[in-house]
Amino acid sequence: MFFTYLWRELRRRRRQAVLIALGLALGVGLVITVTAASDGVTASQATVLHTLYGVGTDITVTQPPAKGSGGGTSFGFRQEIKNVRSGQIAAGTKININQLVSSQYGTMSAGPAARAARLDGVSSVAGGLALTDVTVSGTVPPLSAGSGSFSSSFTTNTFTVDGVDLSHASLGPLGAAKLTAGRALAPADAHANDVLVNASYATANKLGVGGKLVIGGTSFTITGIASVPQSGNPPDAYIPLARAQAIGQASASAKLGGKVNTLYVSAASAADIPAVQAGLHRLLPGATVTDASDLAGEVTGSLASASSLAANLGRWLSVAVLAAAFGVASVLTMAAVSRRVREFGTLKALGWRSGRIVGQVMGESLAIGAAGAVIGVALGYAGTALIDTLAPKLTATVGASNAASVSGPGRLLSPGAAQALSGAGHSVSVTLSAPVTLGAVGLAVLLAVAGGLIAGSFGGWRAARLRPASALARVA
Amino acid sequence: MAAPVLAGPVYQLSGVTKRYRTGRSEVLALRGVDLVIRDGEWLAVQGPTGHGKSTLLQLLGGLDRPTSGVVEFDGHDLARLPEAAVTRARARSVGFVFQTFNLIPTLSAAENVEAALVPLRLGAAARRERAARGLAAVGLGDRLRHLPSELSGGQQQRVAIARALVKEPRVLLADEPTGNLDEGTRDEIITLLEDLWRSRGLTVVLVTHDSVVAGRAPRLGQMRNGMFEEAPRGEPVRRNQ
Repeated sequence: MFFTYLWRELRRRRRQAVLIALGLALGVGLVITVTAASDGVTASQATVLHTLYGVGTDITVTQPPAKGSGGGTSFGFRQEIKNVRSGQIAAGTKININQLVSSQYGTMSAGPAARAARLDGVSSVAGGLALTDVTVSGTVPPLSAGSGSFSSSFTTNTFTVDGVDLSHASLGPLGAAKLTAGRALAPADAHANDVLVNASYATANKLGVGGKLVIGGTSFTITGIASVPQSGNPPDAYIPLARAQAIGQASASAKLGGKVNTLYVSAASAADIPAVQAGLHRLLPGATVTDASDLAGEVTGSLASASSLAANLGRWLSVAVLAAAFGVASVLTMAAVSRRVREFGTLKALGWRSGRIVGQVMGESLAIGAAGAVIGVALGYAGTALIDTLAPKLTATVGASNAASVSGPGRLLSPGAAQALSGAGHSVSVTLSAPVTLGAVGLAVLLAVAGGLIAGSFGGWRAARLRPASALARVA
Repeated sequence: MAAPVLAGPVYQLSGVTKRYRTGRSEVLALRGVDLVIRDGEWLAVQGPTGHGKSTLLQLLGGLDRPTSGVVEFDGHDLARLPEAAVTRARARSVGFVFQTFNLIPTLSAAENVEAALVPLRLGAAARRERAARGLAAVGLGDRLRHLPSELSGGQQQRVAIARALVKEPRVLLADEPTGNLDEGTRDEIITLLEDLWRSRGLTVVLVTHDSVVAGRAPRLGQMRNGMFEEAPRGEPVRRNQ
């Protein structure tokens, strides 16, 4: 009887039922589409951020360079100039200096890395070295030629090299790399002169697997070529951390033995990140502790606009449509109950309990809500399919407007990010997709059913309050 | 009309008053009604519009509560029973027939009759079987699947009577059951009610304007200014009096 009555009643007022169901469906469809688009934007952001940052890395820690070490990459060359000026190197002498140096960041000993790993909420920690290989070559000019001529007599070539902890290769710069040829660096290569070369650098310099690359004066064998999204301005080469520490230099006179200049930290969960950040600040006062949200704030362009759009306009539009649908459903249900006063009065006269009548009204509203959910899920899928079909290109711009603000003292980011941001405006295109998750579908269905329940509650409340005598008095 | 043998009282009303508020004004619908209705009795109540006939019927059916006084049904004061108990009594013991039939328009004749059995928690098969028997008893065994809109006024009222009686109540309360029917159909319906009253030993309280209908009742009363007066047999109150 319950379902027969319910079905017949919905058939009787099918236009109203369809209107309510479509209203709820529109809200549900919007929630699914906006949620999927938002997830898509988040995934695109993650793609961009991971390339800047390293897949799996939640936080990076760097130290500002020590005061007085601002000579950057040229401290080895300055030593040679001193030698020329002191007469130790004669004019006409050919010079070829190749050094691997840490110029952007201050260094940290192994201790902080070990202590960071013991912080609550930390899943794993990997140390790394972001280095620059500098080659200065030329012929020493006569001292009388002046400093301008002196400098112009030499050429400088640089490329970036990351020393990676191969026991935690998934953390940090290698996290986003995809092998395209040869083999990856393995923990067994920790002390080998093996190098993994970035595909674009390999192409530009005609390098291939099995070839040689001189880094810091040492010849390395190219074991593989890796493709890394360019958005992160990735290093040109990756070598084992131990080798980087052995041949790299912190200054003209100091080697990097046992030291790192970056910590890549993975938190046990997203909720732990703030606590881990605080712990790292306590552990390493003065260090720059950066997480993905800091970095996300530095990304501009249509990706950031889409993110803002999804987070603000999309969300509020969904809420507004759902609220309107709930309101319309409630008003129409109450109006329907008003029209059925005589019917409900009769049922009460027949001995139907108020609860049974309320249940009937709620059942009708729930059925409409369920229909709205089904149509809404279909609309949501259609909306996301449209986004996937159109596949709009979003650009993430890093660095153009923010280079100054991020490169100042105390505002240093992770190596990849800093490299990206320190250059000119660096734009990356990502294709927006809208993946529908079961969670989003579940949420939308829940909302539609809730809409039905809310509407039914209003209608049921009105039906329950009906006194049978007054309901029947209208027709008696 | 040969009346069944009367037993003890089903209803005992003493000093029943009922006040209504309509906006800022107050209406005294019943003014100290004293009335005893015996089991198996047929009482017709006449009276001008607005003099308390329907209010009396609603109090008898537990659809409303008196402002003061006692409405005793089968030994229980309906005014003091909790709502659930009144609803239960209505579901089991009281059948209603209305002037406008009050059938659920979306349900078939059989489903309308079944609706009266829903509160009794019978299984679907038992409900269907009893509904079919109930409709057969009022001569509509071949109209089970018809919607109210597919039935004539007289047939709709027969469905309403079947719905009222399918649960085998002790009391049938009828509010102008022939008010919307032509004379021929009116006579058919009254004859049907008389047959059912006689065969089932029902107690019938029927409110009507129609002197012909009232005249067929063994006992006649009238409501005037909210008070019940017994009318001598053979002198039914005239319409619009």
